[in-house]
Amino acid sequence: MNLAEGVQFVSLVILGGLMIFSALGVVLLSNIVYSAFLLALTFISVSGLYILLNAGFVAAAQVLVYVGAVNVLILFGIMLVNKVEVFSEVKNAWVGKAATGAVCAGLFGLIGTMVTSHPWAISTAPAAGDKAIEVIGQHFFSDFLLPFELASILLLVALVGAIVLARREFLPDLVAPQQEALTLPERPRELVAAGVRDED
Amino acid sequence: MQLEYFLLLAAALFSIGVYGLVTSRNVIRVLMSIELMLNAVNINLMAFSNYLDPGAIKGQVFAVFVITIAAAEAAVGLAIVLSIYRNRDTVDMEQFNLLKW
Repeated sequence: MNLAEGVQFVSLVILGGLMIFSALGVVLLSNIVYSAFLLALTFISVSGLYILLNAGFVAAAQVLVYVGAVNVLILFGIMLVNKVEVFSEVKNAWVGKAATGAVCAGLFGLIGTMVTSHPWAISTAPAAGDKAIEVIGQHFFSDFLLPFELASILLLVALVGAIVLARREFLPDLVAPQQEALTLPERPRELVAAGVRDED
Repeated sequence: MQLEYFLLLAAALFSIGVYGLVTSRNVIRVLMSIELMLNAVNINLMAFSNYLDPGAIKGQVFAVFVITIAAAEAAVGLAIVLSIYRNRDTVDMEQFNLLKW
């Protein structure tokens, strides 16, 4: 094992451990805000693993999309439904948790056995390396053109659908008769006493 | 030999995601678990792309598509969570029985 392989292995161990422990924190911690920030740590360590796998472009896309967009979206979601809520106890909840843990451990054991016993045909072809972006772009505009265009349509559909779902509900009987141009009909929002100082 | 390490890490991350998906009570934590599982699948795709198909890196193309779908899924999922929270005033998974007989 030469120096480069040693550095790679140490980075793999550090990033993998960071990823596993932060993912455990996401699932097990009781405070949801801590979970969201640990989710960002998980995404960043996954992007480090991508760099170890010679995929700089996807690593950058991972940081941009997951940490920059998805995680911020989840934080906004937490903020919007920020309600301290004590969940009612479910009878025999530990049975479900123990069964799920057993099933997940079994799943991991099954996949692990399959992975370690299967003879993988490791390719010795030269890696794309820094030309990966060009290869990905050629794939996008030749043999993956249809999925690429479909993905853009799907993003548009998701954008419109998210707006429609998250808007305040439209109540027809409450709409004022004079509807201004270029406005969407929606329920008038409640007046919130924001910024009103409590003077005594 | 390194391919197996990446696959085992991905399997562990996927199992953690499944555990969180089934046992969480908070809806937003369920969405986070789904993101964890998607990331595990992405690690698998990238590892196969690097070790089995390093010339024509189709695994990276698939990973970019998965990232796109995950972003759309997160947006729509959070919109659903917001509208269901507005209607039922809770984020407890055990109380969402709208589609249950």
